Parts: sequence; C-alpha cells; structure tokens
Amino acid sequence: MALITRLLLCAILLWPLLGQAATEVREFDNPVTEQRYRDLTATLRCPKCENQAIDDSESPIAGDMRERVYLQLQDGRSDKEILDFMVSRFGDYVLYNPRLEGRTLLLWGLPAGLVLLGALVVVLMVRARRRTSARDLSTEERARLDELINREKTE
Amino acid sequence: MKRRLLLMLPLVGFLVLGAFLYMGLSINPFDRDSALMAREFPAFELTTLEDPERTVDASLLEGEVTLVNVWGEWCPTCKQEMPQLLDLADGGVRLVGVDYKDTREKGREFLAEFGNPFEVNIFDPEGSLGFDLGVYGAPETFLVDREGIIRYHHTGYIRPEDVRETILPEVEKWR
Repeated sequence: MALITRLLLCAILLWPLLGQAATEVREFDNPVTEQRYRDLTATLRCPKCENQAIDDSESPIAGDMRERVYLQLQDGRSDKEILDFMVSRFGDYVLYNPRLEGRTLLLWGLPAGLVLLGALVVVLMVRARRRTSARDLSTEERARLDELINREKTE
Repeated sequence: MKRRLLLMLPLVGFLVLGAFLYMGLSINPFDRDSALMAREFPAFELTTLEDPERTVDASLLEGEVTLVNVWGEWCPTCKQEMPQLLDLADGGVRLVGVDYKDTREKGREFLAEFGNPFEVNIFDPEGSLGFDLGVYGAPETFLVDREGIIRYHHTGYIRPEDVRETILPEVEKWR
C-alpha cells in the first residue's frame, strides 16, 4: 500500500514535466542563436490556432514551424529571411508584430493619431476656458447681469 | 448647441469602435486567403502514392486546370469530403491528391475504402510539400490553372453546396 502511494506521488510530481515535453529540447552552439530562436518562436503565430505563438502550441503545424526555424538558424539565415520564409507560405497572419508598410499604416498610425487628437482637444478646451474666464465683462453684459440679479431680488 | 454636439463625439467614437469590434467577432479566422494566391505552385520532387519508383514534380500540374486536394488517412473530414470529390471527378474535373503526413499502407487503405477520385496522388510523408503550400491542416484544396498558377484556395471541408456554388464556377472560370 505504501509503495502504491509512493508511486502515485511520484507520478503526480512528474506530471508537469511531461507537459513540457511538447516543446522539443534544442541544442545551440551559442546563447545568441538560442535567444533568437526563442524570440522568433514567440513572435510567430500558429496558423492553426486562433491566438497562440508557435512556441506555445502543441499543434503539429506549430511543431513543423519550430523545426524550420531551428534548421534555418543553423543554416545561418537572418531573422528577416526566416520571417519572410514563413510569411510567403502562411501569410501575414503568422506575424504577431505586423510590418510597417502601406497596408498597415492605419493599424500602426491610429493609436498615435488618437493620442495626438486627444491632446489637441484638451489643449483647445483649456485655451477656450482660459479665454472666457479671464475676459472682463463688457458694459452690455454687466448691465444684463445687474438686471438679472435685480429681477431675482424683486421676485 | 455646437458644444453639445461636440460632447457627443466620444460617444459616437465609442459606437463606431464597438460596431467595428462586433463585426470582427463574426469573422471566421480560417477564411483568410492563402499566401500563395496567384503564385506558382511550389516546386517539389516526391514519389507517388501508387508507385514508389515514380517521381513527380510541379510540371505534373501544367497543361490542364487541376484541383489539388491535400488529404490524409488520419483526417476524418477528408473521409466526409470524398463523395464530393468523386462527383467532381465524374464531372470531368482533373484531381490530383497530396497524401499528407501519412504512411503508404494507410493512404492506400483509405483510397480503397472511400474511393479514389485522383488521377495520381503525390506522397508527402514529411509534409514538406504541405508546408510549402502553407497547409496547416487537412483537407485543403487548391485550384491550379494550366500554367501551374494557384487560382483558388479552399480551407477545410468541401460541402456539396460548395461544389456547386464555388468550386465548379472557379474551375470553369480558369478553363
């Protein structure tokens, strides 16, 4: 009985390690390439999954893509070449960081544009408010104000 | 009055954004176009499922409008799709299969059981041609014109109505 309990405990403790086996163990000549592998697999989106990077997905196609990234890094290809390779097959969908180009200008420009617009609105509002509060009343306005105050009093 | 209209501006902005995001909810993320559209069918050199001695390449697809269907014995939807493909073949459409990530025995068993609408099957056990085609699951179907250019792409199951409404008109268009 004690043996069974011990074995079970062992199995439970080892379980999380099994989960990690989905991502392969890779060997790299140097830490720079390893870091590039990590960055690339984290920024490439799995085409089969709706929102998962390939380093995080157990889908077979994600495994194939990791393999290609690894092989191409070993071949000495640049990050851009590897990303181009993937985009030419799976489309822009696989890029978590869309490229800055004609089609994506709106995508990249809109947030900055909205912040600028907001700043402009705030500046205009502050200015307008400052102008109205700083200005003295004209004679006409003063007369009207007096009239209003007096009316209140008489009512 | 003008001021009040101005105050409505954030609300209007919010509504526009809301409508935009709501529309995004109903978009099917798998409906996106293939990156290979209007490009040449990728180069390959693989054996056929039927004959391990026979090597074929992309010139196989030249000269006639061809539907290239990527399938595998492991893929349940491919089985459901076979009757539609058999109908297409009966109607005179040229079909070429890509047996994707499969073994020769299982691939052959599949065709023996569910019928074989294909003129020939390209055997792609490693999925290398599939990868170059940007295939991320099976079934996927590509229409290749007589110059070997990819003209239409269908991801997933081909329903009987898809045959009538999209596949056949596309085949006719490029013939």
